[in-house]
Amino acid sequence: MNTNFSRRWFVKSLAAVAVIVSFPGVVFARAKGAFNAGKTNDVVDVLFGDLPIEESTEITFKLPDIAENGAVVPATVATEIEGVTQIAIVIDENPNPLSAVFDIGEMSLADVSTRIKIGKSSVARAYVKTSDKVFMNSREVKVTIGGCGG
Amino acid sequence: MNVKPVKIRGRVKGVVANIKCLMPHPMETGTRRDDAGEFIPAHYIETVTCLHNDKEVMIAHWGASVSKDPYFSFKIKGANAGDSVKVSWVDNLGETSSGDIVLK
Repeated sequence: MNTNFSRRWFVKSLAAVAVIVSFPGVVFARAKGAFNAGKTNDVVDVLFGDLPIEESTEITFKLPDIAENGAVVPATVATEIEGVTQIAIVIDENPNPLSAVFDIGEMSLADVSTRIKIGKSSVARAYVKTSDKVFMNSREVKVTIGGCGG
Repeated sequence: MNVKPVKIRGRVKGVVANIKCLMPHPMETGTRRDDAGEFIPAHYIETVTCLHNDKEVMIAHWGASVSKDPYFSFKIKGANAGDSVKVSWVDNLGETSSGDIVLK
């Protein structure tokens, strides 16, 4: 009887944990969840929800084709698209794919540069969010030395 | 830890100001190990706030995968010489630093 009860409790709590794990972005603060997500798909879900995503060459995504040092890879995202509210840089093969999110205010241009770490050769994606749509451009980067070595 | 100020350079071209900043910071991912094989705890900048004449123009949210001593550049519309620009950051340990300039 007693063991039965604890087994039931165990199964229930297991189910509860499963629910929490499957909706990380809903349970935790939005941005935090996106940074902890382990897959590009999860990052996009948390950041953009149901907004349609369209591939676009109107995004200028500057990144070297071959990065000699993965610890310091210069990246620039710029676009002429109107009404941009957010820019995100995502590296598929990194342990946490989301590198950076930029909230673009009314008085700033959709043109940002920074330097990021890329652990190994990967597809890199730049997302540009407007009020009703998300645009995406991607590139492949070859990394010859690991980015996590330092 | 000894927190260093943000270094900023800015240049106005027409109505757009191009701002470049360097933020000395270790940006530890939390997955590296030290010589003894222990994990080095994560320590990275989470939020960067950029003010133009005390008005928020840009907020950057970063993960640990931004490079050590981050470089960040962005552009402000409608900027004039004499305007102030301030950039500040907060990291995951609650440390903070900032830097400011007057545009020329």
